[in-house]
Amino acid sequence: MRLFSFRPIYGVLFLSFISFYACAGDTTQISNAVVTPAKDDVTIQLPPGFKSIVVAEGLGSARHLTVNSNGDIYVKLANLKNGKGIIRLRDTNGDGKADDIMGFGNYTGTGIDIKNGYLYASSDEEVFRYKLDANNQIVNPDKPERIVTGLLARGEHEAKAITLDNDGNLYVNIGAYSNACQVKDRTKGSPGMKPCPILDSAGGIWQFKAGQIDQTYGNETHYATGLRNVVGLDWNTQTNTLFVMQHGRDQLHDLFPDLYDTKLSAELPAECMYELHKGSNCGWPYIYYDQLQHKKILAPEFGGDGKKTAGEDAQDPIYAFPGHIAPNGLLFYSGKQFPEKYRNGAFVVFHGSWNRAPEPQKGFLVAFVPFKNGKPSGEWEVFADGFAGGPEQVASGRAKHRPCGIAQGPDGSIYVSDDTKGTIWKITYAGK
Amino acid sequence: MLENKFMKTIFVLGVFLGLTLISSLLLSQNVFLLRQVKNALQASIERGGKVYYEQCLSCHQVDGGGVQNMNPPLTKTKWILGDKAQLIKVVLMGMTGKTEINGDTYQNVMAPHSDLSDQQIADVLTYVRNSFGNKASGVTALQVKTVRANTK
Repeated sequence: MRLFSFRPIYGVLFLSFISFYACAGDTTQISNAVVTPAKDDVTIQLPPGFKSIVVAEGLGSARHLTVNSNGDIYVKLANLKNGKGIIRLRDTNGDGKADDIMGFGNYTGTGIDIKNGYLYASSDEEVFRYKLDANNQIVNPDKPERIVTGLLARGEHEAKAITLDNDGNLYVNIGAYSNACQVKDRTKGSPGMKPCPILDSAGGIWQFKAGQIDQTYGNETHYATGLRNVVGLDWNTQTNTLFVMQHGRDQLHDLFPDLYDTKLSAELPAECMYELHKGSNCGWPYIYYDQLQHKKILAPEFGGDGKKTAGEDAQDPIYAFPGHIAPNGLLFYSGKQFPEKYRNGAFVVFHGSWNRAPEPQKGFLVAFVPFKNGKPSGEWEVFADGFAGGPEQVASGRAKHRPCGIAQGPDGSIYVSDDTKGTIWKITYAGK
Repeated sequence: MLENKFMKTIFVLGVFLGLTLISSLLLSQNVFLLRQVKNALQASIERGGKVYYEQCLSCHQVDGGGVQNMNPPLTKTKWILGDKAQLIKVVLMGMTGKTEINGDTYQNVMAPHSDLSDQQIADVLTYVRNSFGNKASGVTALQVKTVRANTK
């Protein structure tokens, strides 16, 4: 209800700005109004000493986000908001809430990141970049440079998540347009294809030059393969390596009811974190990682029975989470604001499951895994929860908000986006 | 004269009683038939619920609401409540590509379910058309058979 009551306000503001600034061109002022959370909104739960504030809301499908050195937040939308696909949120009075909101870019997508004075953003087929000037303004919001074009997007796992290293490289996930590379996708009785023909142009990570325009398949480096779909990824500056979260395969029970009951199918396979190097192979579609047996198991489409191991050529995950909770965001915390235990550790945003039905759904939270010397040094824990609204909304999957992206601000605060209604939270540590 | 009047009254009464009897018989027959149809629909819905649990629930969910961006909802859409032949075809042949429903798009792959029998498809569609807030007529095995023959 809150969203619907909010929209007309946006509409009126939008129209009034349009009429005032009809010739301003480049960008669209979305709102100057201070955004106050409505009464029926959720309150997210955090560990003691942490606080959250709603920076903005009603942005719609807010996917990934990134924060500039001056605190400006850029959010990539999967559906246009007032015709714009990127929203810039600015807090001019320092109260933590965005009071200067504008939009640009006429394409939808997921990926967004800032590196060396450029804002990078992806559609499902392309990656663009925008120059930021000395005053942290986008130089030419209507004319970005097209860095990559022609990426495969075939209706399944289309989102192109992006991140950049410190050596001028851009990493792009190209998700497999398939669940398990069967001849007929998601169809009972249809065998797996070996070799899987998808893997030459999808189901992995591709590396491009961050500053070269119009790159396409052929100019790139096929960086890592055997990854079904990655949405959360981050360059770990401690290890100087790429870390990714894979969405594990779906529907073990639907496709192989004799091998997996609904309970086992809800738990398997693990949602895996991998540390990648050039040439990494994570084994999809031939294997999946079973976090209960701690083994790489031969996928049933390729002759597996739930017990046979395989994938000797595939690397092990560096960390395995429970199944089907949908990791959509990853951030290695490099700030100093949060307590010692969080430094260099990984925040993983779990969008929430659908593939656990008829078992209760899970996820809709931000998890934390501590790291020491570049390796996980403890078990994962819930960091932020309550996005869904309550246990009922979690179990049914009818979540009020679904956390998706995560980013760190210059002061060490973190920001989390929600792609159901488009709320952006800022999380700070206030001390004991 | 008196006798005549008496006979007339008896006659009218007889006709009246007769008509009442016939009409009440017809009525009860109708109620019986209606009840039979209703029972058959109910039985189909019940069988269809079991098919739904095994074949549809993991994508379309317990409440038929589907999954955001992925699996379409089965609640109050023209796909469910509209043309039955079209609906039967979706189950038989599956669906791929982006589908827009009430302003939202869904793009997960739906596998063909032609391995289900005509009766199973009729039952599950009858179930769906009468669950999750939907209220619509049932689908019969004959209707499924016809569509199946035409889509081969």
